[in-house]
Amino acid sequence: MEDPQDKIRVLIAKAGLDGHDRGAKVVARALRDAGMEVIYTGLRQTPEMITEAALQEDVQIVGLSILSGAHMTLVPKIKKMLEEQGLDNVKLFLGGIIPDEDKLELEKLGIAGIYGPGTSTQTIIKDIQNACQ
Amino acid sequence: MPVIDPEAVLRGERLAVTRALTQIENSTQDGFQLLETLFPHTGNSHLIGVTGAPGTGKSTLVNQLAYHYRHPTDGAEAPRVAVIAVDPTSPFSGGALLGDRVRMQDLVGDPGVFVRSMASRGSLGGLAAATGSLVQVFDAAGYEIIIIETVGAGQAEVDIASLAHSTVVVEAPGLGDEIQTIKAGILEIADILVVNKADKPGADHSLRALRTMLTLAHSHPEEIGHHSPNMNSSQATDEEPDPDWIPPVLPTTSITGEGIPELVTELAKHREYLLSSGEWQKREENRLSNELELLLKDSLRSRWENKISPATYQNTLKKVITRKITPWKAVQDLLEGVEI
Repeated sequence: MEDPQDKIRVLIAKAGLDGHDRGAKVVARALRDAGMEVIYTGLRQTPEMITEAALQEDVQIVGLSILSGAHMTLVPKIKKMLEEQGLDNVKLFLGGIIPDEDKLELEKLGIAGIYGPGTSTQTIIKDIQNACQ
Repeated sequence: MPVIDPEAVLRGERLAVTRALTQIENSTQDGFQLLETLFPHTGNSHLIGVTGAPGTGKSTLVNQLAYHYRHPTDGAEAPRVAVIAVDPTSPFSGGALLGDRVRMQDLVGDPGVFVRSMASRGSLGGLAAATGSLVQVFDAAGYEIIIIETVGAGQAEVDIASLAHSTVVVEAPGLGDEIQTIKAGILEIADILVVNKADKPGADHSLRALRTMLTLAHSHPEEIGHHSPNMNSSQATDEEPDPDWIPPVLPTTSITGEGIPELVTELAKHREYLLSSGEWQKREENRLSNELELLLKDSLRSRWENKISPATYQNTLKKVITRKITPWKAVQDLLEGVEI
């Protein structure tokens, strides 16, 4: 039997005001099928809500889906708030339409993975598994 | 991972609490040690179970219930509320999608509320194996109200009744006729029955069917209406566990919050009843003896698994599959000579 200590817990959150959650749901479902425990928060989550959920659920991974273009405001804020709560161990992943120059900057900030349209769910699964080792 | 300070958990520091929950859920050595220290500080919370079929609106009801506890209308001090929401683990992948938080958005930003999602991790019965232990962490951390939401339950997922002090069974209109109400199982464990989505057509019918069921179950006419705790010493017998408590049937609409204040009132009444009748103590004893038995079973099994070689197991299994021996005989063979 699999060791329960290896169980990966992931929070999937739709940050910001856009209502397009199909991508987030597809990823959530794929991670579930890869054996992870996925906590889904629903739409229109503020950085405060996401940080609180990450704390209460004690996840190793937070996956953000942002399609509104507000990623340069939201992502650094969420990163900072997680650290303030003592959750420095949590790794952030981001899905959405992220221009290359923003991508570079976010990676510098320590975002573990950034995925655009067309990414295979297998890639995301593998990256998350590696990040949790 | 740094060792968790039990004092920080007892003070209710949220980072310590959340880390403690994880260690205990994953049954690590650190987790067991922590629980050892926390356990003497437990036994103070009111444990409320919420169960019912999938889609009856349990999560939305829990959201409203917790919100109502946090915003008392009579100006009293609000209790701290913990919510444990259990969702099923996939038997195929071992993964789970825990979506109950989606319905609990009204509780966000309140430091007096702690919502934790839990996957059932292979347990049947509507809860996870570690749910009882997570309850103890919240209890020790000073959460006065602990609400446990089970997985969407069918007819036989009744484990919640032995964990919670007060079990709320949630029904919705249109889920079946009177015959469903007299079957054994989930309705029998209700301390309080709720017909949720009471704004939908058919709610009256459901309320009536459940009330009829209760008059059948409590048919001694002289007993109906007697709620005095003093009656109980002379009349209570083992066959009739709760002669003085007839489960109320309440309509609620959890989207709007209608009926929730009445539910909170009934829960307080039920707690009073448990305390004054001695039933509280009895349920505590039952719960702990159940927990002990379960853990004993689990650890006997894992000790046995460590002693038996996979080859022996496979050989015995093969004999069963080829119908040389019965499964009963196989169990005898597998246990023989193994010291556990």
